[in-house]
Amino acid sequence: MSKHVVTDFWAGLSRSTPARIALGRAGSGLPTQQVLDFSMAHAQARDAVHTPFDGDGVEAAIRDLGFTTFRVASAAPDRSTYLRRPDYGRRLSDSSRVALEVAAHGPVDLALVVADGLSSTAIHTQAPLFLAALKPWIVEAGWSTGPVVIAEQARVALGDEVGEVMKARAVLLLVGERPGLSSPDSLGLYLTHTPRVGRNDGERNCISNVRAEGLAHHLAAFKLVWLLREALTRGLTGVQLKDESDMLLVDGIPPVPRLAGA
Amino acid sequence: MTYRHDVGTRRWVFADLRELMAKATPPRSGDMLAGIAAGSAEENVAAKICLADVPLKRFLTEVLIPYETDEVTRLIIDTHDAVAFAPISHMTVGDFRNFLLSDAATPSVLAKLAPGITPEMAAAVSKLMRNQDLILIAKKCPVVTKFRNTIGLPGTLAVRLQPNHPTDDPAGVAASILDGLLYGCGDAVIGLNPASDSLPVLSDLLKLLDGIIERFEIPTQACVLTHVTTSIELINRGVPIDLVFQSVAGTEAANQSFGVNLAVLQEGMEAARSLKRGTIGDNVMYFETGQGSALSANAHHGVDQQTCEARAYAVCRPFEPLLVNTVVGFIGPEYLYDGKQIIRAGLEDHFCGKLMGLPLGCDVCYTNHAEADQDDMDTLLTLLATAGLTYVMGIPGADDVMLNYQSTSFHDSLYIRDLLGLKRAPEFEAWLQRMNITGADGRILNHDASHALLGMMPHLAA
Repeated sequence: MSKHVVTDFWAGLSRSTPARIALGRAGSGLPTQQVLDFSMAHAQARDAVHTPFDGDGVEAAIRDLGFTTFRVASAAPDRSTYLRRPDYGRRLSDSSRVALEVAAHGPVDLALVVADGLSSTAIHTQAPLFLAALKPWIVEAGWSTGPVVIAEQARVALGDEVGEVMKARAVLLLVGERPGLSSPDSLGLYLTHTPRVGRNDGERNCISNVRAEGLAHHLAAFKLVWLLREALTRGLTGVQLKDESDMLLVDGIPPVPRLAGA
Repeated sequence: MTYRHDVGTRRWVFADLRELMAKATPPRSGDMLAGIAAGSAEENVAAKICLADVPLKRFLTEVLIPYETDEVTRLIIDTHDAVAFAPISHMTVGDFRNFLLSDAATPSVLAKLAPGITPEMAAAVSKLMRNQDLILIAKKCPVVTKFRNTIGLPGTLAVRLQPNHPTDDPAGVAASILDGLLYGCGDAVIGLNPASDSLPVLSDLLKLLDGIIERFEIPTQACVLTHVTTSIELINRGVPIDLVFQSVAGTEAANQSFGVNLAVLQEGMEAARSLKRGTIGDNVMYFETGQGSALSANAHHGVDQQTCEARAYAVCRPFEPLLVNTVVGFIGPEYLYDGKQIIRAGLEDHFCGKLMGLPLGCDVCYTNHAEADQDDMDTLLTLLATAGLTYVMGIPGADDVMLNYQSTSFHDSLYIRDLLGLKRAPEFEAWLQRMNITGADGRILNHDASHALLGMMPHLAA
């Protein structure tokens, strides 16, 4: 340690929080190592936003799980437009809409959409793992799904249009969440009953921070299935549907699907 | 009425004051998203030229959002102080800028004017200003507020200690509080954004903060930033609440999307004041705002986002807040695209708030999908501190691990104090010295594990 750095005696408290405490100081500034650590974390988060979406790789990984797939694009032609115009990211491109209308055989119980969102890194890393955890539950419940729709330059509300075209009772959209400095690859799950263009966020249920260091994939899948069962039974999602799946956990561990491994 | 300006053979026409204001605004992505921004650089400047000739009085008769349908407009018009306004009532927007820069506009003159300045007047004159104008004039508008300490005195800068934790873990929150206090931060407020909205969790967090403040006799205040109606409910249950928090915006419809209106804010203020927990003052409200919130709620009525933001300060004003915070870069690049837009917006917000007599602080911040980085935050922090900013955020390492954005750190506050000689709130400064956290010069002392504050969490010490 540099003799010019004052260390903080409370470094042991870091065990209780992911916050960047006890960093020490060089004069009033951050020590060099801390500046570089921060820069690396920011670089990774920036890259997560701007890393091109590997649609082929994601499609292959999802097909390996036994799903069929269908590729679409939003109305945002590129990343820069996507970031400035969230409205474009919420709608299918004209050609994608036509193609999906031709391909959709509906109705289905659940439309599955994988959207790059603000972190393609999150989709590359988490989407196949989460779908692998979800699939046995879908099989057990006998829900029809149709192809997994893989969407580029897409935001959450794009799922409404996809679900509407597919005549789905509900749509589940997996999206790369806005990357945090300490969580560049976090997956979000949005469930919307009776998807229609124009739904608002108060009509969805969200499960956030799905990643190994956050909410584990199998636990996220369990919560999602709990919400989906309730949504299909009660005919709604959103603020009126509170997640009470925790009550079924035993010591924080969810039950497993009967067809695990299917 | 229409406004027009000729440039050579080209005539620029603006249908009404609302359009003129939007077209005169410095470029930003949110106004482009709303489809109301100037279509060219020349149109932008032509609008500024027209705006400079608009009499200030016009803003009292040509409202941007209808009086009949918007309670914020009614608040602005009905509570306008004509006596305070009288000295500037003959001026145009352009002349108002000249006056504000002149030696005649002393701090005491400006303080008397504040109740006569509507948010639209403040926004309009800001649109004609360069950054240096926004800085210099704001510096002439100190605003002092009090609860358990004195915030906003000239030559001081306070810091909100923001000890957020992704799961509200009490030990984790306490660890960040300890870190911040030992870095000399927390005079504005120890203010936690909870991950949860469950009443028992919020109640425990409030008791944790209150317990720390009481045990170490810290001359500061606590806040858990939850919805105003939740705070009222907690007060009814006997939970210790110093400050009542609420996010507000500049239109009735946007506030509706936040689940609030003027009446419920009044109720929140009265509930907090009924507890009489302030020792030297009763400024009990803490508001947060930010450009783009009205558009985000689809409630902007075609008004540009900077004017909507200034109207949010009009919403804050009757409730005599201790702190108002523009969370300038939090909302994302679709509203403020890059560091340049964030910096400009931060300076505008601070200027408009101070001119209107409010204790404006700034969450100097950005998200990872904006074209900005910590260098931009250094720039904005430095500019705002020279402009007399009331307070900034202090977050461990500038990384908020709950809200997933970057702001300013405890270290940043030490930097700006070193650079500009800024002090803390005097009561808090004295406490830091009593606790041997800082020396007589306000600089951080080297500590060891025997420090009394570690009594906060002995079981977790290294």
